[in-house]
Amino acid sequence: SVPRRLCILKGIYPHEPKHKKKVNKGSTAPRTFYLLKDIKFLLHEPIVNKFREYKVFVRKLRKAYGKSEWGTVERLKDNKPTYKLDHIVKERYPTFIDALRDLDDALSMCFLFSTFPRTGKCHVQTIQLCRRLAVEFQNYVIASRSLRKVFLSIKGIYYQAEVLGQPITWITPYAFSHDHPTDVDYRVMATFTEFYTTLLGFVNFRLYHSLNLLYPPKIDSQAEDELKPAEGKEYAMDSESYLERLSALSASLARAVAPAHEEEVEMDEFPVEGETAEQMDSKKKEQEALEKHKKLFEGLRFFLNREVPREPLAFVIRCFGGQVSWDKSLCIGATYDATDPSITHHIIDRPRVDKQVVGRYYLQPQWVFDSVNAKLCLPVADYFPGVLLPPHLSPFVTEKEGDYIPPEKLKLLALQRGENPGAGSSQKSEEEEEEEEDDNDNDKEEEEEVDESEKEEEMKLQKMEDQKTQSTQSNKALPVKVTAGKVRLEDKQRLEQEQQSEEKRLAIMMMKKREKYLYKKIMFGKKRKIREANKLAEKRKAHDAALKEQKKKSKKARQV
Amino acid sequence: LQDIRNTVGNIPMEWYQEFPHIGYDLDGKKIYKPIRSKDELDEFLEKMENPEYWRTVQDRLTGADVTLSDEQLELIQRLQKGQFGDINFDPYEPAVDFFSHEVRIHPVTNRPADKRSFIPSLVEKEKVSKLVHAIKMGWIQPRKPKDDSPVFYDLWAREDPNSILGRHKMHIPAPKLPLPGHAESYNPPPEFLLSPEEESAWEQQEPAERKLNFVPRKFQSLRAVPAYPRFIQERFERCLDLYLCPRQRKMRVNVDPEDLIPKLPKPRDLQPFPTTQALIYRGHSSLVRTISVSPSGQWLVSGSDDGTLRLWEVSSARCLRCVPVGSVVTSVAWNPNPSVCLLAVAVDERALLLNPGLGDRLLLSSTDQLLQSWEAPQEERIQPVRWIPASPEEFRSGIRLVLEHGKPVTQVTWHGKGDYWASVQRNPGGAQVLIHQSSRRWSQSPFRKSPGLIQCVQFHPCRPYFLVASQRSVRIYNLLRQELCKKLDSNCQWISSMAVHPGGDNVICGSYDSKLAWFDLDLSTRPYKLLRHHRRALRSVAFHRRYPLFASGSDDGTVIVCHGMVYSDLLQNALLVPLKVLKGHVNSLDLGVLQVLFHPTQPWIFSSGADGTVRLYT
Repeated sequence: SVPRRLCILKGIYPHEPKHKKKVNKGSTAPRTFYLLKDIKFLLHEPIVNKFREYKVFVRKLRKAYGKSEWGTVERLKDNKPTYKLDHIVKERYPTFIDALRDLDDALSMCFLFSTFPRTGKCHVQTIQLCRRLAVEFQNYVIASRSLRKVFLSIKGIYYQAEVLGQPITWITPYAFSHDHPTDVDYRVMATFTEFYTTLLGFVNFRLYHSLNLLYPPKIDSQAEDELKPAEGKEYAMDSESYLERLSALSASLARAVAPAHEEEVEMDEFPVEGETAEQMDSKKKEQEALEKHKKLFEGLRFFLNREVPREPLAFVIRCFGGQVSWDKSLCIGATYDATDPSITHHIIDRPRVDKQVVGRYYLQPQWVFDSVNAKLCLPVADYFPGVLLPPHLSPFVTEKEGDYIPPEKLKLLALQRGENPGAGSSQKSEEEEEEEEDDNDNDKEEEEEVDESEKEEEMKLQKMEDQKTQSTQSNKALPVKVTAGKVRLEDKQRLEQEQQSEEKRLAIMMMKKREKYLYKKIMFGKKRKIREANKLAEKRKAHDAALKEQKKKSKKARQV
Repeated sequence: LQDIRNTVGNIPMEWYQEFPHIGYDLDGKKIYKPIRSKDELDEFLEKMENPEYWRTVQDRLTGADVTLSDEQLELIQRLQKGQFGDINFDPYEPAVDFFSHEVRIHPVTNRPADKRSFIPSLVEKEKVSKLVHAIKMGWIQPRKPKDDSPVFYDLWAREDPNSILGRHKMHIPAPKLPLPGHAESYNPPPEFLLSPEEESAWEQQEPAERKLNFVPRKFQSLRAVPAYPRFIQERFERCLDLYLCPRQRKMRVNVDPEDLIPKLPKPRDLQPFPTTQALIYRGHSSLVRTISVSPSGQWLVSGSDDGTLRLWEVSSARCLRCVPVGSVVTSVAWNPNPSVCLLAVAVDERALLLNPGLGDRLLLSSTDQLLQSWEAPQEERIQPVRWIPASPEEFRSGIRLVLEHGKPVTQVTWHGKGDYWASVQRNPGGAQVLIHQSSRRWSQSPFRKSPGLIQCVQFHPCRPYFLVASQRSVRIYNLLRQELCKKLDSNCQWISSMAVHPGGDNVICGSYDSKLAWFDLDLSTRPYKLLRHHRRALRSVAFHRRYPLFASGSDDGTVIVCHGMVYSDLLQNALLVPLKVLKGHVNSLDLGVLQVLFHPTQPWIFSSGADGTVRLYT
């Protein structure tokens, strides 16, 4: 419907009224409310007229079909009214940074649409456009080396790039055909995609120009010669093969201005003092680390085996400066063969290698992604084909204090700090972890103590009373007996702690009702967090114990 | 055969039924109907005799009988069979196509061709020449092939800050989707995988309630990872969120919980106050409802449900006397005047004045003398209660006077001077509060009508005021001017007890809905502070006479001692600090502490409980 499309294109969303009852005529039933101003704003949109024209066009076309006037149909189709969304993009995102900030959904949607089949759900043009824009963006990310993080999830592959200081995250599905669901309204998605393609096109243009690249991207002429099929056989039609070659991601792009010789941009140094100097230092260090990260795979030559997902791996490797190739029959754009002796890493995803070539590592694809996330080339031993892979951790999680940190992450952090990897460090880290766990336990105990101390007091009093009653009774019945008292050492620290906790409890009693509610809520949240972290740690401990047991058993079996 | 053709035409012949003629002939003469004199018999005979009868028909136009010829019969038979009438007509003759698809050399028609078919059309020529002219002039151009691919350019080439719409400031950008955690990995650490119980719990949850919208799975290698079946749905849900979800700016509460705790002076700095349980007074076999301390602070009296009063020495916890009074003791009060040693006791429907017989003998005898010095007035006045001197055996146990109320008495309390005292009786609708003067043995009911159910009463410590607590409010009456001077709304459901600050400007009320209301009489008639320290109903509250302390006892078995400093400066509000939670009483019958009372001189507190003990905390 027209209002829905308008709302989507113009980015109008409902608002939550301040006084729901007042607005809703006294009822609290859930309803959506739009601002009156927004709706009036929609009425002034020139695109409304275009929509009306389109409606008229459809009516005329239907009539012409009904009367079988094919000439009229042709004429009408030729004069089909079209509209542009440029001004809406500009209006919604007045600055380029605004547009970049909102690029996440646009990219995810374009990548999804580009995987749709060319028949059925949507227009072929839309799908082709999405594919083109997605490939262009990928090429930009490669050219600018702005990819930062990759994550293989069960939903798809998450990428995070940093463009002009803005983190942009998008997800691409795994390359399988879609099982199209019935409960999805594709018209809504198509409207969104219409807007997103316009946005992404303009963003791509600007990004390419910021790097002095030609915008409808052209493959470097030198690379193009390499890419040309040698046998002279046409691989595809010219228009198609262009996009194909672009999407191979293996060639560099032509620049509008020839790049000056690897000009290193050095930050000017200003004489600064005190804290700012420290800040500058840390900034500088960060910058260096970033540069190093960008050149992670520089000088390495990869070869992708056939069963490996080509596009994501080629994209990631090229983003960090590596060279990559694949089997010629797999895709256009292969630059060297599997037998090339200069290959350093052979990515393979099958349990056994038939013919191993000396001088290269045979690795599982997870190594590439883990290395990128770790910002260093990880030791390869864990990633040989057929080996049980170490867990793949999310690079998007930054653990705060009190959160649960998986031991693999601790190991990784130690590696990044430059500690020597090996059995010792792993043991150490385990110990550390155990210590931490102990700490956690202590914390928990303390909390329990707070609750228990009251009970304890009661118990003590009860006991004293009982003793007294007994003694009074026994006074009558039995002769008085004096036993040597034991010296009770008073734990000063403990006493002090108890006193402090009691003071706190008394102060909590004096809180206002609202504050007390808030306080209790916050404390509840904190406790739940701790509980969850403890649960995870416990689970891990049990799992490790089970694993150890199994190992022992298998060892014994082997010995016997 | 003559020609008798009828000229009437094709009309219904019944029109001529009435007439003798049947129409007109060519000459205009009437044609008469033939004479039909045949009856049924003649008809029958004719039928039997005439062999031509079956082929004879009547001519409707003339009415004459006609005998059909052989040809006519044959024709009729053919028509009946559905055949053509003409015998010679052949319906199956071979058809000859005249206008056929074959082109003939000769024209079908003989019409000569028009002239205009030889000459080019002028109209068409005009049209064509117009088009040619238009093409020559460049008015008509060939249709350009349409290019559908969108054109992109540098949209943000000129970022004009003035062109930004004002509404853009109010725009709330949509929140980004949360980034995935470790659990979403295709190969997560083992602790993030769900156990079978957790998985079944996940499946039973509503989709909106689930913490994770997927089940974590572990795959051995990347090639084993399948497509995620809900990928398109999740994108679609995001789209719906973007254009259908109401957006609202919400300030995140970023508070350190430690900052919320009010900064109060430390209890250590507010000493002295009772901190530990020092003594337990045992002896009662049932709940101890009420206690009272002598003004010197040396003796303690307690009244219990087992029908006895016990008198204790405070310092040694020794029971000195036990006075059986025969019924449940609801309230005791020690005369605050140090020169008189007298106890007021509320027992069932009676109030007793009792000489405890402890301490200075001179004091005891002077008290007895004071009571006996009464002389009966000349004229008997009508009193709401009867004053009865005690019987001898009662006298021996210390009871001096008995006041028969006729209704259960719930509370007795003394005036500060020690002569007047008040009692509350449970008498809904009637007089509930009575004020007695012990020296003149005289009682009166001060209120004409009672404001609801009265919970407790109290004399003001320094001014001639009288405080009456009804269920929801506290009324303060001026006894001299005999008028209501203040009404305090307690914000509680049901007041249980009340105490007045020795300074006289502050009142605290305990209520059964576990609240304690502190009133500042100078400030307002509403509570200055409502304290919800206890977890269950408050039974009793008390002020210390010297130290800035007050305490409350509750059904949860605790006594909470608070610091309640009142400043003489009117601008400074009272400072309330909880100091100590005292425990020790054991709950029985769902009751905990029944009464709390401070020692008159020391910072000590007594509490009586439902477990039959009285405890002293020092």
